[in-house]
Amino acid sequence: MAERLLEVKGLKVQFATVDGTVKAVDGVSFELERGKVLGIVGESGSGKSVTAMTLMGLTRDVNSRFEGEVVYKGKDLLQVSDTEMQQYRGAEMGMIFQDPMTSLNPVYRIGEQIVEAIRTHEKIDKRAAKNRAVELLRQVGIPNPEMRVDDFPHQFSGGMRQRAMIAIALSCNPDVLIADEPTTALDVTIQAQIIELIDRLKDDFNSAVILITHDLGVVADVADEIIVMYAGNVVERAATRDLFYDPQMPYTWGLLGSIPRLDRPRPERLHSITGSPPSLINLPQGCAFRPRCPHAFDRCTQRPPLENHVDPPSHLDRCWLDVEYKRAHRGDTIAGGKPEAA
Amino acid sequence: MLNFLVRRTVGAILVIIAVTFIVFVIFIVVPGGDPAQRIAGKNATQQNIVNIRHDWGFDRPFYVQYYKMMQKMFSGSLVSYTSQQNVLDQIKLGLPATFSLAIGASIIWLFFGIAVGVVSAIKAGKLSDRAITVLALIGVSMPVFWLGIVTRYYLAEGGLTSIFPDGEYVALTTDPLQWFWHLVLPWCCLAVLFIGFYSRVLRGNILDTSNEDYVRTAKAKGLTPNRIMRKHVLRLSLIPIITLFGLDFAAVLGGGAILTETVFDLHGVGQYAYQSINNFDLPPIMAVTLYGAMFIVVFSVLVDIFYAYLDPRIRPT
Repeated sequence: MAERLLEVKGLKVQFATVDGTVKAVDGVSFELERGKVLGIVGESGSGKSVTAMTLMGLTRDVNSRFEGEVVYKGKDLLQVSDTEMQQYRGAEMGMIFQDPMTSLNPVYRIGEQIVEAIRTHEKIDKRAAKNRAVELLRQVGIPNPEMRVDDFPHQFSGGMRQRAMIAIALSCNPDVLIADEPTTALDVTIQAQIIELIDRLKDDFNSAVILITHDLGVVADVADEIIVMYAGNVVERAATRDLFYDPQMPYTWGLLGSIPRLDRPRPERLHSITGSPPSLINLPQGCAFRPRCPHAFDRCTQRPPLENHVDPPSHLDRCWLDVEYKRAHRGDTIAGGKPEAA
Repeated sequence: MLNFLVRRTVGAILVIIAVTFIVFVIFIVVPGGDPAQRIAGKNATQQNIVNIRHDWGFDRPFYVQYYKMMQKMFSGSLVSYTSQQNVLDQIKLGLPATFSLAIGASIIWLFFGIAVGVVSAIKAGKLSDRAITVLALIGVSMPVFWLGIVTRYYLAEGGLTSIFPDGEYVALTTDPLQWFWHLVLPWCCLAVLFIGFYSRVLRGNILDTSNEDYVRTAKAKGLTPNRIMRKHVLRLSLIPIITLFGLDFAAVLGGGAILTETVFDLHGVGQYAYQSINNFDLPPIMAVTLYGAMFIVVFSVLVDIFYAYLDPRIRPT
C-alpha cells in the first residue's frame, strides 16, 4: 500500500463575519496517498478552496475557527504554530492558484520568484538556486528557459505564467501539490496541457495532487478519487470511475449533466442546476441541496449521513433516496432530458 | 529613454511658460495692480506716474511686457518694483534656508510617514491603529501657521520654556550646531502635516496590496510575515508615496513652505514670495513662481523614472 501522506478528519472551518458565522467547511474527511490525484469538485462557495487553503494554513486568522484534524505525515497541522507552518508551506506542500495573471508578483523576475521559494527552505547559494529555477522552468515546459528566467511576469502569457506558478510550487519538491482551479482562467486548449503537465510532474516529483475544480470534465482523466462538495459538505465521494458510472447524489448528476458530451445524443441545451447555492451563514435544515433538488421528499428535512449505499464500499454519498429509484431517474438529468436505461 | 527625456523637456518648457503667463495675467487683471503708482510712491504727481509708466514699459501691450520680463528674468537683470533689488540675487540669498528646511523636514516626514503607516497597517483594527488614526487626522488638520505659533509659544526662546531658539536661520557654514538647533522646530512643524497624510495613504495601500493574489502566493511559499511585508507588500505600496513625496519635496524646495518660513522667520525663498505678494511686487512673484515650477517639473520627471525602476511593467521595452 502506498504511503499515506495526508489524512483530513472531520475538518470544519468557520469564519466570524459581521453578518454571522460562515460555515465554510462543515465536516470534510479524506485521505491522500503518494502518487494519487484527488479531485475536489463543487460550485463556487462549496468550500473546496477554503479546504485547500486550510491545508496550507492560509486561512489562519483571528476570525477563523477550525475543528477536526489535518494530519500530514503523522502531525496535525491545525495544531502547529504559525512559524512552524511556514516550514510546511512551500517545502512539504506547494500550491497553485486560480488566476496566474495576478498570482505572480509583477515587480520581480520569474527567476527571482522561484529562487525566493527555494532559498526560503534550503541553504543554497543564489547561483545554484538560479540554475535550479532554469531547470524547473524547463520541466514545466517553458521554451528557452535560460533566457526566460529573467523575464518579468507581464512578459509571459497566461499559460506560461501558470507553468511558472507550477515551477514555484514544485521548487522545493513538495510531497503534496494543491492545485486550486489551475485551469479556470486559461484558454480551453491550454487547460488540457496544464492538467497533463500536473499529472506528469506528479510522477516525476513522486508526490500527490489535490486538484480542485468546478468542472468534472477537468478531473475525469487524471483523478483517482473524487470528492463532490456542496455548501461545505462532502455530498459524494468515490473512485473516479464509480462516480462517473454510478453517481448517487442528485447534485452530482447536475454536475455531470452540465458537461458537454459528444458520446451522448445532443440535448436541446446543456443541463443547469436551478437555483443557487445556499447562504453558508444560514444553511437550510436537513440536506443542504434539498431546496434545489427535484427529487426531494419528506425525509430530506433531516440531514442524511455520508454513507455507503452501493458497491464498492468506498463509494459514499449523502442522500436518502432509494438506490433503484436513483438509477431509474438520474438519466434525465445527466443526459439532459433523454431517459437512460438503468 | 532619449525620446522620453525630449518629450518631457518640451512638456516642461510649455508648463513653465503657461504657469508664468497665468501668474502675469492674474497680476494685470486684479485691481490695484498698477505698479507705476507703487514705484512712484505716495506723493507722486500724475506726471511722475505717467513718466514711470513709460520708462518701465507699463504702457506697452501686456504680451510685450510679459516677453520683456521673461527676457530680463533669463538674463538675470530682473529687479523688484519696490526695492529695486535684483530678484535673482534675492532668491539666491534665500536658497540655503529653503533647502535646509526642505531636506531636513522631508527626511523626517518620509521616515515617520512610512514607519507610522506600516505600523498602523500591521495593527489594522486594533487600538493602536485607531489611536494613530486619530493622531494622523489631528496632524493633517492642524494649520502650519497655528502649529508654528503654538510651538514657538511653548518651546521657543521668549516663550514658556525657552528650549529652542525662536526662529531665524543660521548658516550651516557659520555654526552647524546652531543651524541644526534653529531648524528643529520648523522641520517638525512642517513635517507633521505630511506624516499624517503619508501614513494614511500608505496604510490604505498596504491593506489593499495585502489582499493581492501574489501576496497569497508569497505566503504559500512559506516566507516569513516580515519578508512578505518588506519584499512583496511594501514595494508596491510605496509607489504612490513616491509620487506624493516627489511633488511635495519639490514644492517645499521651490519655496512652497511659505507659512513655515514666515512663522519662523527663516528668510528663505518662501518668505521672499510672501513679502513680494504682500507688496504686490510682480517681478519677484514671477521669479519665485518660475523657480518653484522648475522644481515641480524636474521632480515629476524624476518620479516617473523612479516609477519605472520600481515597476517593470511601465518600463519602455
